[in-house]
Amino acid sequence: MSEPSARRWDGPRGVARVGTSRLSLGVDRIRCDGRGYCAELLPEMIRLDDWGYPIVSSERVPDHLLDHARRAVAACPLLAIRVAEDGRSR
Amino acid sequence: MSFPSLLDGPDLHGGAEPATSHLARLGLNLLSGSELIDALDQSDLRGRGGAGFPVGRKWRSLAGRQGPRVVIANGAEGEPLSFKDRLLMQARPHLVLDGAVLAAGAVEADQIVLYIGREHSAAADAMLHALAERPARERGLIRISRAPVAYVSGEETAAVQFVNRGVALPMSVPPRPFEAGVRGRPTMVQNVESLAAAALIARRGGAWYRSSGTLLVTVTGAVARPGVIEIRLGTPVAEVVERAGGRPGSIQALLLGGYFGGWVAADDAWDLPLHPERLRATGHSLGCGVVAPLPVDRCGVAETARIVSYLAGQSAGQCGPCVFGLGAIAETLRRIAIGLSRPDDLARLDRWSAELPGRGACRHPDGGAGLVRSALGVFADDFAHHLARRGCTAARPLTAGVA
Repeated sequence: MSEPSARRWDGPRGVARVGTSRLSLGVDRIRCDGRGYCAELLPEMIRLDDWGYPIVSSERVPDHLLDHARRAVAACPLLAIRVAEDGRSR
Repeated sequence: MSFPSLLDGPDLHGGAEPATSHLARLGLNLLSGSELIDALDQSDLRGRGGAGFPVGRKWRSLAGRQGPRVVIANGAEGEPLSFKDRLLMQARPHLVLDGAVLAAGAVEADQIVLYIGREHSAAADAMLHALAERPARERGLIRISRAPVAYVSGEETAAVQFVNRGVALPMSVPPRPFEAGVRGRPTMVQNVESLAAAALIARRGGAWYRSSGTLLVTVTGAVARPGVIEIRLGTPVAEVVERAGGRPGSIQALLLGGYFGGWVAADDAWDLPLHPERLRATGHSLGCGVVAPLPVDRCGVAETARIVSYLAGQSAGQCGPCVFGLGAIAETLRRIAIGLSRPDDLARLDRWSAELPGRGACRHPDGGAGLVRSALGVFADDFAHHLARRGCTAARPLTAGVA
């Protein structure tokens, strides 16, 4: 495990991604209340729809975003989002 | 071998077939347990509730799990256009019971729940009566549970939650029912027509179903004789519409698969094979087997607005994207239908319907979004007319079809 660090610079966005974890994001849609913290903390993978509910990338979380993904998970007041192997849920 | 198969036997309107007639006609099952699961794999039977999941694979996923297991025979037919499940339970209850008992045997379940829509009184009566004719060891396994009248009641996690605590609302997955369902036990939720088909495969084998299998479709809408008919797998849409007394010239489009299915322009529809996999390969869905022609004098925009309004109203109300997304889509469609569109309405419908799929605990929002996307394509000219405030090509007043 690498030490939690400041956001690493991987070159221009989308280029030079060093690796991809086996983890992906999943949202419990019944719990989710659209607070929106996740999208603020992980805009690279989460945006909000017109009513503030997350639209989450189904891609695996790249290594350089893992810490941010975990922070987004920890920030959810409803514990509605998770990052896990095949974390995708409906 | 014989056709029809599921609905073979005595007059369909003469009430439920008694056990004696059922046994005399079909005899006992030849295959059971793992042999039957192998035959189901070979048959390529797909679930007939709407999702079309391979039945053999579903049974296998249960058979490999630990501890006591449960089978739910799903006869909660919430789709307003579909009548095939209730007809089957009403007329051929023993075929459904055979399938449920075989399923329980194959996956080693010691409990079977017949989950029947509360509105399907005749079907529930027939099943109850048939149950009394079964051997005591089977009766001991089986109980009947009556599902609330709602579109989502038949969704598999809703069925599980209703059996567990009397609330027929979908649940977040995982865990899926096959992992943890009724009282936390691995649970198989299988549509009653799928079970009935499995009971025939147990007698005639997987190869028979693959070559001569049948399915039930409900034909409704612009036809002279709406109702449930049994067809061979792969029968073209045109033949089904013709059997129900529809005239191709009077039909502009067809709703295939029910409210979770999609619109197809009539000229593109006639040759489509009613077969789960072959239809999917053409980009359409067999769903629960609804074939509903729309006559030329009805407005596809208004009809879609009516259906999506219904679906939005039937949302369980648990997930934001479904409540707000489907609700906004329904409202926008209604405005367009009555000539009160705004300039960017089409772009919004396109974006919203693209953003919805996969964002509910169940597939309710996916179903509504798919229907809307098909409508935007098939009724593109009508949408353009409505947006230009010229009304549509249908002869009726615009407000007529709007709920």
